[in-house]
Amino acid sequence: MPTTSRRPITPRRHAALTLLMAFCALLLANGSGTAAEIAPTKFVSANGITVLVLEQHFLPIVEIHALIKTGSAQDPPSKAGLANLVASLLDEGTTTRTSKQQAEQIDFIGGALEANASEDFTTASARVLKKDVDLGVTLLADMLQHPAFHKQEFERIRTQLLGEMASDNDDPGHIAMKAFNQLVFHGHPYRWPVNGTAETLNKITLADVQAFYGREYAPSQVILAIVGDITLEQATTLVQAHFGAWKKGAATTRNTKNPSPIERKTVQLIEKDLTQSTIVLGHEGLSRTHPDYYSVTVMNYILGAGGFSSRLMDSIRDKQGLAYGIMSHFDARLMPGSFWINLQTKTETTNQAIAGVLSEIKSIRDTPVSDQELAEAKSFLLGSFPLRFDSTAKLAHVLAQVELYGLGFEYFQDYPKWIDRVTKEDVQRVAKQYLDPKRYALVVVGDLAKAKVKY
Amino acid sequence: MTWLYSQHIMRLSWLAAASSLICAFAFTSPALATEPREFILSNGMKVLLVEVPKAPVATVQVWYKVGSRNEVMGRAGLSHMLEHMMFKGTAKYSKGTFSRLIRKNGGTDNAFTSQDFTAYFENLASDRVELALELEADRMQGLLLDMSELATEREVVKEERRLRTEDDPQGALVEALFAQAYLSHPYHWPVIGWFGDIDAMTLDDLQRHYDTYYSPNNATLVVVGDIKTDSLLHTITQLFEPIPRGPEPKPIATMEPEQKGERRFLLKRDAQVPFVMMGYRVPNFTSEDSYALDILDSILSHGKSSRLYQSLVYEQKSALAVGSEYSVLQADPGLFYFYALVSPGQKPESVEDALHREIKRLQGDSPTEQELQRAKNQVEAAHVFEQDSNFRHAMLLGQAESVGAGWRKIDQFVERIRAVTTKDIQRVARQYLTEDNRTVGTLIPIPPKQPEAPSTAAQQGEP
Repeated sequence: MPTTSRRPITPRRHAALTLLMAFCALLLANGSGTAAEIAPTKFVSANGITVLVLEQHFLPIVEIHALIKTGSAQDPPSKAGLANLVASLLDEGTTTRTSKQQAEQIDFIGGALEANASEDFTTASARVLKKDVDLGVTLLADMLQHPAFHKQEFERIRTQLLGEMASDNDDPGHIAMKAFNQLVFHGHPYRWPVNGTAETLNKITLADVQAFYGREYAPSQVILAIVGDITLEQATTLVQAHFGAWKKGAATTRNTKNPSPIERKTVQLIEKDLTQSTIVLGHEGLSRTHPDYYSVTVMNYILGAGGFSSRLMDSIRDKQGLAYGIMSHFDARLMPGSFWINLQTKTETTNQAIAGVLSEIKSIRDTPVSDQELAEAKSFLLGSFPLRFDSTAKLAHVLAQVELYGLGFEYFQDYPKWIDRVTKEDVQRVAKQYLDPKRYALVVVGDLAKAKVKY
Repeated sequence: MTWLYSQHIMRLSWLAAASSLICAFAFTSPALATEPREFILSNGMKVLLVEVPKAPVATVQVWYKVGSRNEVMGRAGLSHMLEHMMFKGTAKYSKGTFSRLIRKNGGTDNAFTSQDFTAYFENLASDRVELALELEADRMQGLLLDMSELATEREVVKEERRLRTEDDPQGALVEALFAQAYLSHPYHWPVIGWFGDIDAMTLDDLQRHYDTYYSPNNATLVVVGDIKTDSLLHTITQLFEPIPRGPEPKPIATMEPEQKGERRFLLKRDAQVPFVMMGYRVPNFTSEDSYALDILDSILSHGKSSRLYQSLVYEQKSALAVGSEYSVLQADPGLFYFYALVSPGQKPESVEDALHREIKRLQGDSPTEQELQRAKNQVEAAHVFEQDSNFRHAMLLGQAESVGAGWRKIDQFVERIRAVTTKDIQRVARQYLTEDNRTVGTLIPIPPKQPEAPSTAAQQGEP
């Protein structure tokens, strides 16, 4: 049944940022004192897996979520897409189960089994009913420890990924972000799409896949979050039984070279037969662990992440009617990520929309935000926590990421303080430091002859 | 809709997501963690409350029984436009105040329109539920419709249409499929409306639509979360009962006659890969056959072990993605549809043939008992997972009410699902998935028009 929503859909590529940001507000939520007890138990198994267990007994559901500390940032330079290809092959056959058997077993119990790579990490998870938890852990443990990497599955999945890449080019937003990342992360592995390019994917061999897996997938690289209707004792026993035999690996070397800032304004225009221009404008950002993260979060909320409360939405959509949606993003990663604003507007208003975007960037740098804006931003950030926290899957994801970024569980107590102490001066300071209306990368995808981009 | 993450699925969302999201709700087991408590206010408004104490949050949803099916030719998209205008303020809460108040209180709000319903929601901490209720009660009767606001919002909605349909080849094919499959019934036109109709809408049109459909007796209020039913009901009564009962909207008169012969069309436009859709006209929840159709859908397309995936994606490699959708909770009989994203280098004709082969296979031989059991297990598990989210739980209840099925139907539905046999599946496949009953649409990519500028131009500006 076709359904149309008033508000734009934001692809959730940046779950890390949103979830972490959201995580914490509960403790101050409305001063109601009803903060949920977020007290996972953490232990490290004998072979080095970091295990986080959180019991939630309201529904008979268990989420078993593994985060492996490797992703496309560790791809060899000419083989972008390798981490993603490895992840894509985890549920395509193990030494004791064919691809189809894996699918049949998880489907028969109505569960879900999946693996996904991103820039900084890869996740593999099983979601099952309580009665099926043993099978869920078995299937997840099997695909993490014993992937078969059959030649024919390797070729099939590569062909599939190449086909999806072609199909992705029907999505102007995808084309624009791909180009934007090339500009902003020049010379850094973050510049490649997680699934690589046709050229790099075609260079990857089965031996590359096996070597990457052998190097990157080791117990010490794994954070295993288990959330749901299970006891700590059960979880501990299951981890020991199914992951205990996984051999420790050698220490891996990490690519930790930070991306360098862009040097000058750079514009890339991409022709496509469209009625709208897709616009992405931005530059480098900051890492998740940067001390300015919280001030930037508040500033960005006011600028363009605060839905209908944001300045960009108010100006570009509500006042000028130029776009269905507009949003600003700080994608804070392990290494400094990027900042960008994206929107679509009809071809004829391309320049007007870009002008509007630049004007809002200037304005939040030049003039302090109002007391009311600051108060409302904080009150949303603090009050909205429990909303992001209302399912076992979300909980498992967030726990694993808190561990990945080394925030520690005291973070749950500290976060409200960090948001609360942000001042108007902080907001203006980080706006000046992390936003630049002159030195930016701009990508426009659309009908260029008609759009006549003048930037 | 807002719940699908990957780029790829995002783009299919217009056809699959909206309905897969909704479809997924449709199959449920009686194992509801908490039964809804139902109340009817004196003005006819139905209230469904579910206590879920697991986290200090709640969702408030107001569902109106009005969607694109309640529109007339020349005003396609009126319900959706009204949905946008519902955020433009009332005498009591001026434009922008609604969302700002919700945000200030740590909540998020939004709305969505479909063929059958329009729904508004607020997700927020459970101690802020009263605020959402007050705001919703206020705009149920006091909406201010302003000419200049309409002028701006018209442009926003046109941008939305460009985004969803004009510049999205698959979105465009879905729109064309419904237009071909329904000749007289309002499912013919898209929820967002045609450009001409969006341009033609007047304040009077919106006011009439609002006055006709936005009344307590045409609405269902659903609250799911960490609430106390008794005290909340008291609040709800105080806020909503003063709203006078409205006219009873007339049932829509135009039904779609039986389809007599295959309809087939091509959509030729700039695109990367072909896309094939086939829609079969099928009954909704009112039919005994809906249970078997639901299981049939599951066997065909739920999970990587399902028939369509195994055959077209895994073995033949002719499709990048394939699926079927059956939405049982529709107000009027809908489509059981198939879609396939054709792999580069493959022919859409052979992908369509492969779909036909899978249908014929089910018509020739019943599915196995194992497949049947898998489908039933999937239905039951999906229902438990659904309740993990208050929002989705509330959506299921709201949708069941809004399409006329009633929330109790959800439980009955699962009981009846358990009784479906392999023979039933074969029977409905033979009865409905026939050549004469189908509409087939194919997206044929054509080379992009020659641009006047070079295809990619990079420039360096001033430092």
